[in-house]
Amino acid sequence: MLDLLLFAVFPYVAVVLAVVVGMYRYFNARFSYSSYSSQFLETRALFWGSVPWHYGIIVILLAHLLAALFPDAWAALIAEPGRLYALELVGLALGLLALVGMALLIARRLYNARIRSVTSLLDWVLLAVLLAQVALGVWVALFYRWGSAWYLSSITPWLRSLTVLQPQIDAVVVLPLVVKLHALGGFVIIALFPFTRLVHLIVFPLAYLWRAPQVVIWNRRAGDRRRG
Amino acid sequence: MDVRAQVSMVFHLDKCIGCHTCSVACKNIWTDRKGAEYMWWNNVETKPGTGYPTLWEDQEKYKGGWERQNGDLRLKLQNRAGGLANLFHNPHLPTIDDYYEPWTYRYGDLFTAPEGDDQPTARPISMIDGEPVDIEAGPNWDDDLSGSPIYAKNDPNFESITDEERRQLFELERLVFFYLPRICNHCVNPGCVAACPAGAIYKRGEDGIVLTSQEKCRAWRMCISGCPYKKVYFNWATGKSEKCILCYPRLETGQAPACFHSCVGRIRYLGVLLYDAERIEAAAKVTDAQLVEAQRAMILDPFDADVRAGARANGIPDAMLDAAQKSPVYRFVKTYQLALPLHAEFRTLPMLFYVPPLLPVVGARENGAYRVAADFFSSLESARVPIRYMAKLFAAGNEAEVIAVYRRLIAVRAYKRAEAVGDIAPEAISEALAEAGITPDEAEAIYHLTSMATFDERFVIPPLAREVNIEATLDPFTHKPHAGFGFNQSLDRE
Ligand code: SF4
Ligand code: SF4
Repeated sequence: MLDLLLFAVFPYVAVVLAVVVGMYRYFNARFSYSSYSSQFLETRALFWGSVPWHYGIIVILLAHLLAALFPDAWAALIAEPGRLYALELVGLALGLLALVGMALLIARRLYNARIRSVTSLLDWVLLAVLLAQVALGVWVALFYRWGSAWYLSSITPWLRSLTVLQPQIDAVVVLPLVVKLHALGGFVIIALFPFTRLVHLIVFPLAYLWRAPQVVIWNRRAGDRRRG
Repeated sequence: MDVRAQVSMVFHLDKCIGCHTCSVACKNIWTDRKGAEYMWWNNVETKPGTGYPTLWEDQEKYKGGWERQNGDLRLKLQNRAGGLANLFHNPHLPTIDDYYEPWTYRYGDLFTAPEGDDQPTARPISMIDGEPVDIEAGPNWDDDLSGSPIYAKNDPNFESITDEERRQLFELERLVFFYLPRICNHCVNPGCVAACPAGAIYKRGEDGIVLTSQEKCRAWRMCISGCPYKKVYFNWATGKSEKCILCYPRLETGQAPACFHSCVGRIRYLGVLLYDAERIEAAAKVTDAQLVEAQRAMILDPFDADVRAGARANGIPDAMLDAAQKSPVYRFVKTYQLALPLHAEFRTLPMLFYVPPLLPVVGARENGAYRVAADFFSSLESARVPIRYMAKLFAAGNEAEVIAVYRRLIAVRAYKRAEAVGDIAPEAISEALAEAGITPDEAEAIYHLTSMATFDERFVIPPLAREVNIEATLDPFTHKPHAGFGFNQSLDRE
């Protein structure tokens, strides 16, 4: 019953929260859609924390996504042992990088009074959850080898069943506790996403790559358009 | 031709007395809030000096503005992909310590201290984290050089002067300084806009005011580096960047900007310029020596019928066009060519202009006759700050531009002196005027514009179109800290 709640119901709750609250916040409190960077108050420790954290976690996250979206291609990729070893190794290294980065970021927030003063309660919750999640991930990578392979037969089907609204939890409930916690952690983060500064993730300014260098707005023309 | 209008300011530096009234007026209205304590959208710094934030002109340090690369223009800070790659940590971001850590005093201790042998004291505490601080620097710490030449010695503009000039400059009897009031230049090719990955900063077409959308800003903080004048500030409490808004809410009701309105020296002039947006890129790309002239050429004649038609087609209201014809700024910049942009070599095409200061001792009395020192432009004997230095500040190093301005200013002075005191030979006057390239009538007009202009001659701006309507029912005190940002709700975090 608990498994059903955690792995078949909670994911939907998390996603609905993320979408509904995320949209509500975007349209009603857009001012708060921000990364709230604290670099202006402290820059050195941020470099050693933020850069490894972001680059580590982005690649890892993408790998998790790709393996769920394109399991066949992923299976082909790891079919050869050499590639599998390389992938696992790189994954572990990046995971450790992210872990160390996050630990540094947390230490920075704890020990720098300036940064502490711009940290909210939800920031602490988010940081703790992220740290736990990455730590669990590294744990899995270390003690439950070949995750890039067994992911395809356990997590991928579960995630896919969730997307088609027919949750199949058989494959996940039999997984070791640490792996289950890690899977759950992912949805906890999704649930936290709309309430925290994590929203900066979906406003990543990709359009900067192609927009015109200068932005000019004519009030009158915008007004004319509004008036029709 | 793509005609745009620009509300533009001229500062007559010889008239600035360094009183900081402008800075305080601005602060009281706009930056009197948490997170903005350290911001001075208008600041006045002593030159030569290191300025605010410290060494802001040193673009090797801060990477502001544009640079020419193989005939192309690129941001000194980043290319597009590089900008995104550095989002997690901007290696060139100034930190609060480059400005100063805002502080207050624990006044409560004065009342609550227990009885004892010593006077109770109010310790200084940081306004960021409330911890006690040792105050090491503050706003205008280097004012009037603070009695020490070290600020002047570290001025980045001294790179180009010779050791001998430097030695002479810092001789105590010669030591000279002037004031440089600075606000956002509301540039035509702004580095802040180009650097902002979110596209949150924009320039308004009708009046050229550059604004940061507080709702679109995501704290990516590239604008702070991108602006070579360091006139975008990061609000550490809200995590948004903010900048001078040229008091647009005041302009909407026909009032002058606070800095302008309060200026004790009456050094400021505000008027409309029309410019051709199609020429922006070309004007920003020319060699250093041509920059000032290229920018001047971009500014259009408001009496030209084609220009007026083009402006109307772009939706610029007639009131703006009329103001452009009466613009004191146009006369300073274009007609008499007395005002120059600050650090044109940053290539943002700044739209605020400065009449460079003559500083004292430009002429001498000899045998009862007033003589404009013949060697004024080449010799340190009479020019107390080398022309090279002024040219670095106001003409991207082109000394001829600064000399031309000085010739005109000196000619006007001599002309008026001859009129009032009558101790200069008429031939000397006509020679000075001819050399400066102005007629006696023009000299008279310049004299009036620089010395006698009334408020209405210095401020020629029609009430502007509204950016955001402020609810009339709102409590003005709740609204005050957020005014200009278009919010009806509190800006507290999360
Ligand atoms: S001076 Fe103003 S408009 Fe120009 S780059 Fe700086 S902030 Fe932008
Ligand atoms: S108020 Fe005027 S005179 Fe005083 S410092 Fe400001 S610009 Fe200079």
